[in-house]
Amino acid sequence: MRFASRRQTVASIDETEGVELIITDPEDLWHANNLIAIGDIVYAPTLRKVTTESSTGSTSTQKVRVELAVKVTDTSFDPRASELRVMGTIVNENEIAAVGQYHTISLKYSDRDIKFTIWKMQGWDSVARSQLAEAVSETANKDVVFAIVMQEGVANLCLITQSRTVVKQRIEHTIPKKRSSRKETEGGMSDFYGKVLSALLAAINFNDPYSRSGIPKQLLLASPGFVAQNFRAYMKEHAEKKGDKPLARLAKEAAVVHTSTGHVHSLNEVLKSPEAQATMRDAKFTNETSMMDSFYQKLRQDDGRAWYGVKPVAKAIREGAVGRGGGVLMVNSAFFKSMDVAERQKYVALVDKVRADGGDVRLLSSDHESGQRLDALGGIAALLTYPLHDLDEDDDDEDGAQVAGSAAGTTII
Amino acid sequence: MSRHRAVRNLDYDEVMDEFEENLEEEEENRLLMEQGVADVRDALGAEAAKVTKTQIEEALWHYYYDVDKSVTYLTTKFINPPQPKAPKPAAPKPTGKFIIPLQAMLPHELQDSLHWAEDNRDGLGGRASRLTGFRQDHVGFRVPGSSPSYPLPPVCLSTHFHDMPWGNIPKGRESILIPPVVPRCGLLGGSGAPPKMTKLQALAAARKKKAQEKTSEQEVEQTRTQMTGLSVSSTPTQKENTPLSGAFSKRLKTSSSTAQGRVPIIPTEPRSESEQSVEPITKEPEVVAEPVQVPPVKKAQPSAFAQTLFGGPTPTFTIQQDVVTLGLAPSVLEAFSKPSPDDIVLAAQAKAGKKPPAGQTKKSKLSTTNSVTSSVAELKIDDTPLPKSRNLNVLSEFEKSTQKKNASFVVVGHVDAGKSTMMGRLLLDLNVVDQRTVEKLRKEAHMIGKSSFALAWVLDQRTEERSRGVTIDIATNRFETDTTAFTILDAPGHRDFIPNMIAGASQADFAVLVVDASTGAFESGLKGQTKEHSLLIRSMGVSRIIVAVNKLDMVNWSQERFDEIKDQVSGFLSATGFQKKNIAFVPVSGLHGDNIVKRSENPAVAWYTGPTLIEELELSEPSARAMEKPLRINVAEVFRTQQSQVTVSGRVDAGSLQMGDAVLVQPATEKAFVKSLLVEDAPADWAVAGQSVVLHLSHIDPIHVRSGDIICDPNKPIPKEKTFNLKALAFDFLMPMQVDVHRGRLHAAGKITAMPALLDKVTGAVTKKNPRLVKPGQVARVRVELDDQVPLEAGQRVVLRSGGETIAAGLLE
Repeated sequence: MRFASRRQTVASIDETEGVELIITDPEDLWHANNLIAIGDIVYAPTLRKVTTESSTGSTSTQKVRVELAVKVTDTSFDPRASELRVMGTIVNENEIAAVGQYHTISLKYSDRDIKFTIWKMQGWDSVARSQLAEAVSETANKDVVFAIVMQEGVANLCLITQSRTVVKQRIEHTIPKKRSSRKETEGGMSDFYGKVLSALLAAINFNDPYSRSGIPKQLLLASPGFVAQNFRAYMKEHAEKKGDKPLARLAKEAAVVHTSTGHVHSLNEVLKSPEAQATMRDAKFTNETSMMDSFYQKLRQDDGRAWYGVKPVAKAIREGAVGRGGGVLMVNSAFFKSMDVAERQKYVALVDKVRADGGDVRLLSSDHESGQRLDALGGIAALLTYPLHDLDEDDDDEDGAQVAGSAAGTTII
Repeated sequence: MSRHRAVRNLDYDEVMDEFEENLEEEEENRLLMEQGVADVRDALGAEAAKVTKTQIEEALWHYYYDVDKSVTYLTTKFINPPQPKAPKPAAPKPTGKFIIPLQAMLPHELQDSLHWAEDNRDGLGGRASRLTGFRQDHVGFRVPGSSPSYPLPPVCLSTHFHDMPWGNIPKGRESILIPPVVPRCGLLGGSGAPPKMTKLQALAAARKKKAQEKTSEQEVEQTRTQMTGLSVSSTPTQKENTPLSGAFSKRLKTSSSTAQGRVPIIPTEPRSESEQSVEPITKEPEVVAEPVQVPPVKKAQPSAFAQTLFGGPTPTFTIQQDVVTLGLAPSVLEAFSKPSPDDIVLAAQAKAGKKPPAGQTKKSKLSTTNSVTSSVAELKIDDTPLPKSRNLNVLSEFEKSTQKKNASFVVVGHVDAGKSTMMGRLLLDLNVVDQRTVEKLRKEAHMIGKSSFALAWVLDQRTEERSRGVTIDIATNRFETDTTAFTILDAPGHRDFIPNMIAGASQADFAVLVVDASTGAFESGLKGQTKEHSLLIRSMGVSRIIVAVNKLDMVNWSQERFDEIKDQVSGFLSATGFQKKNIAFVPVSGLHGDNIVKRSENPAVAWYTGPTLIEELELSEPSARAMEKPLRINVAEVFRTQQSQVTVSGRVDAGSLQMGDAVLVQPATEKAFVKSLLVEDAPADWAVAGQSVVLHLSHIDPIHVRSGDIICDPNKPIPKEKTFNLKALAFDFLMPMQVDVHRGRLHAAGKITAMPALLDKVTGAVTKKNPRLVKPGQVARVRVELDDQVPLEAGQRVVLRSGGETIAAGLLE
């Protein structure tokens, strides 16, 4: 994504003029999704269905290309197709639709540059500005990685980009086990590999903007046991049989990574692996993954310096415990997404306070594995500069009754 | 012109004018009426007191102010009525046409509600008139809606019913009578009791019911005897004996006999209520006589309109004629004029809701063609026959049977502790596998330089397992001793395959923990899977454990080493929660077979006098079986066999099943039938909890069954859940995090979303609410959200793992 005007920078945002942006990459739509909040005004070219009635009463409908501005009531993002739909009410006077009518602007990456403009009704706060900065700065590394996380009978084909992880496809296959003959089990496995391979080949399409020259930068095969290894062997064999050179090269360069399961959340093991680190050294998500790991590490130590959840973190920040010297506030990018204005302002104030105190603020991509882990923790977590205890001892005093109520439980487990 | 247009074009002035004209006429009429009333009163003289003014007016209105006619009418109607008050038709005219009082055509409930409506007419005029409207709609003639007390006139419906056996109205032609929504309580909300019946009604109902019960019994018997006598092969009745209807009635029978409606055919309407309510009519005598009285007249082809209204000409009519000409006794005809015995039996079955003893129902070839053809048209028929159930009482069969007790055990331990080899030795020494097979394996193993793996290859059959020398998936095998039939579940030791080990442990009654005694190996094992496996089997609910101290020959059968290991392991096991009396130790050599089946002859082991491994196994009592509970089978494997495309193996966790049973596969919620089953690899008719079974399923697509699914009783299905609460014992730090949930074969991704409370280990009381962190060893209530719906039930044991480590185990709440 880039600014439409060359003179425009994040610092020089004119609140009344709005920010005009150009979508240059499918990833930009994900950024746009984070950027556009409810209540903003978005102005973009769009198609509007117009129904005209002739004098005889017959009607005809056609789609008209217009530029409309809507006040956003909702957005929805399709990660696989990279399509952002912005729902809202029309606010600009125009020839074909009345002000106040609902309209959905669909933003999608295409060969043509798409220009759109955002006005923030509450102004560009620090969170919005840093999101914007991230969106426009990200041009250096556009490498993508394909990772297949698999186990016997299950495979997840994931596409890892700078800002997110997309599960392109999930493949499931029932594999006959030991009861049936050996031949059947092996047949089942090779059927399964065949399915995974065809899914992979469909995903790394030559027309796909993600893949340069048809081959992704890196292919990571991850599984417990020997599944990934065997799949690589299968790929090689298949490429040889077909004389498919690109596939042979892909198979040769594919890295096999050990994970504990074949579920998507094992991706963090993949991302931590030296193979992934080598490819995506400067990628944002590798830092995020290690940051989450260190957070969990500190949480295990239970020394009162790692806290998660909205209430304790807010309390810690108010006490100034997230500041200079190791204080880190981690917030999920989706955390601000669905908030109303007052709530957002409250949390933006927290972020600003951490920055003022000299702490570090990290906006984690909610669509990465690390963001998913942060999401489990309530979307917000903090590493404190000094230990604080009893942040979770809340004022709510309904304990008594419940303690008595559940005392009837038997000896457990 | 459309109706809208008509309304739009309406000329209001014109309408108003008409209205005014009417007003003038009205005035005129009023005068005439007054005059007329006076005249009538005069004419009636003294009798005039018996009639009201309204009645007179009504009569006058009807006869258009004809005083004479009105007087006659009033005299006959009110003053000297032939049948005071309730002038119902005295008797249906015996013309061969059916004349039915309208009410008799209505089912009981509707009649009741009609009575009710009449009782309440004053209060609920609107409802009553709606009801009358309802009558009109459904019977197709008009009853003056404004005066519902008007006697219901006799209706001639011969055209409607001429071709139907009495009482057996084909489905397609039955009116669908929906009882009106009646408030449950009285008018002012006082009584919740059903509408009152008059004494007379109650008496009639009781009598009707009694008669019904009696006759339905008799009829079955009668018809059966009559049927045996009836062997006219060329009668048109044979028509119904077509393969289609035959198959249909067979199917119909099975469908209700299995009581769960498990058939892939879908009857469009439930057949119990409407049938029963029609039955009483069948007792009217003239119906029986009907075919005899009617001279066989050739009927003209009904018009197209009539055909659409009443269905096309049906063969039944001619059937009746032919039956008559064949000169059969009226008693036979009587049999067919009533609902077929089949129907009666079906009705009775539906009422009882029980499985009938097989073969009791004698098939009648004479259910109405009409109903069959119309129903068949609406049915979807899967032509593979349903598996037949023997309707055994499985539990009593089980008690009667003199089978050996069943026990299954899982063999666990650190990787390369020698689990598979030891089990291979056990099977070899018990002659389950013969020496020749082992020799062959040995040769093969020698070829790839792994001759010591030969015994393990008895169980490790996959190419991969053999080439890599590790067990990957659980291997099941069976052997019998004099007292017990054992199922071995050989679990993989490698940490990557712990999901498979959990699957094995979930099927086991007790466990054999194999410990590698050789120097260094034991220590590394204790840190590794020796520890994790014993934690897991404990949390899977296995309470008895036999520790086989293996490879003791490598340390010259040193008793010191044995005792050292015994101390460490028993200390660790009792910390895990095993009771001392449930732990046994046996020094063995899996490779050579010492103390496994045969007592070691090596003098170096003379210090050990305890039981051998097999003796220890026999001492173990299998855990109690939940046979009375609803059926639950954990699907361990799904594969294809010649018997069935969908063959599943697993252990019956609870309940019992038999051949022919309908079962439900969760989470797909797909019904299937047990075509046949194997218990412990032998064909059987039934199986009970605790047995390992192989089921050949039918009527289900393979995509609906996966390993980890649960096969359950369709009447008491296991619920599917996406989130669940767990009383979890933490082995590692727990916090809101992503976890893998294991239950038997099931392996699902999910995350801990909340930890509502920390619990006291013994009492279960809440010690802290919403802890930030659960430390190892603590017990907490944990809320887990899964990515997909999964069959889960309170009381099940699940294991939570994360990053390749077991982090918690617990009981579902």
